[in-house]
Amino acid sequence: MIIANNINKQFGKLKALNNVSVTCNRGECIGLIGPNGCGKTTLIKSILGMVVCNSGFITFNGKNILHQWQYRSAIGYMPQTGRYPESMTIGQVLEMMKDIRQKKDTHLDEELVNKFELKGLLDKRMRTLSGGTMQKVSAALAFLFNPDVLILDEPTAGLDPVSAEILKEKIIAEKAKGKLILITSHILSELDELVTQVIYMQDGQLIFHKSIDDLRADTGQEKLSKAIASVMLNNR
Amino acid sequence: MKKIIKYVFIDILRNKIVLAYTILLLLLSLSIFNLEDNSAKGLLSLLNIVLIIVPLVSILFASIYVYNSAEFLELLVSQPLKRNSIWLSIFIGLACSLTLAFFVGVGIPVLLYELSATGITMLLVGVLLTVIFVAIAMLATVNTRDKAKGIGVAVLLWLYFSILFDGLVLFLLFQFADYPLEKAMIGISALNPIDLSRILVLLKMDVSALMGYTGAVFKDFFGTTVGLVIAILVLLFWSIIPVWFSVRKFNRKDL
Repeated sequence: MIIANNINKQFGKLKALNNVSVTCNRGECIGLIGPNGCGKTTLIKSILGMVVCNSGFITFNGKNILHQWQYRSAIGYMPQTGRYPESMTIGQVLEMMKDIRQKKDTHLDEELVNKFELKGLLDKRMRTLSGGTMQKVSAALAFLFNPDVLILDEPTAGLDPVSAEILKEKIIAEKAKGKLILITSHILSELDELVTQVIYMQDGQLIFHKSIDDLRADTGQEKLSKAIASVMLNNR
Repeated sequence: MKKIIKYVFIDILRNKIVLAYTILLLLLSLSIFNLEDNSAKGLLSLLNIVLIIVPLVSILFASIYVYNSAEFLELLVSQPLKRNSIWLSIFIGLACSLTLAFFVGVGIPVLLYELSATGITMLLVGVLLTVIFVAIAMLATVNTRDKAKGIGVAVLLWLYFSILFDGLVLFLLFQFADYPLEKAMIGISALNPIDLSRILVLLKMDVSALMGYTGAVFKDFFGTTVGLVIAILVLLFWSIIPVWFSVRKFNRKDL
């Protein structure tokens, strides 16, 4: 569904992405793992077209995404730190996004809006929100339009345990519907129950892309955190 | 695209700065017209104020607004929207709201006190200057990531167009005083939208007689319909070209 082909991205002297090629298919739930600054967010942003690659190309459903915009209606994106117009209220942001994205045939998925109890906060301005509430808004927006692809950048960072659990259940439910889900996270224990595949990146390079079963077999470790730790040690 | 323009427009109109700008212009124009018994003379004073304030407020407000909507831009770019239309919507929203402010602040008093060809020309020129300086601000902000630097560039650009350019032209005129530069001055004036606007309005007034031989050459050129049309076209170019370059740049920008 999403194919990245030898993409390179450079910010000044820093090579953020170095010849990265990835193939992601429908029904997969992919964990994007790697140390800080290894290019995870840059990869996600290039898939979304927010960062323009220096070379290489990305296709979405077989079409090159360069200068395209329609394909993004099939993607729900939850950024690492949600940034919203400060003077708008939660209600206005939700309304605006519905206004921009909703088509006649899209069915709105308001499950997270309800479960996170955002309805009671609709009049709150974005600048007054705590980090966790901001994350809830981002999560609710990512799932709102029932997209085929979900890209979640550190989804549970800053969420309280109850909300994190709600979000995880929601991710599992969407995975069961056969959607493609891309998650980055540093909390490997919570990826254990979610992901079917793992992409490991380091210094802008893709080290491996394996299914979680292969990874377990290769490293002999049952837990994802232990498996990744052994990979990281072997790579040094 | 219409939807984004709507959100930008509502957001700006809610902003108190635009309201303050409108009231400032309204107070200035009303007091000038009421102080001068001859409203044509009032128009001349008003012209000088408009040529300073309108570009300054347009370029500063537009650049600050674009920097402050960084979050808004980031949010929109990750949505199924064309980058072209996001950027153009911000431009159109800014240009329309500032034009509206100018029209209420200066347009209504001028229409009330001095409804003449000169008055209309000044309104037209004011609207064009608003659009031009919003366009220049868009180009300056898309090229500089740092907010303080970008606003500094915007202020410098304004300073260049309203003060430094005239200094350079004077320097040139004195250096080449032995040569007939009157015709060349027409071309040079096209390089600065503020100067071109000033000439356009002044030529509609009687004071153009005081401008000497250069004034006569200007009158000869800009006084004709062809000259007028060319001048307006040049001003339109000044508003379209910066926007065009900024759109191209924005399309390749990393957010």
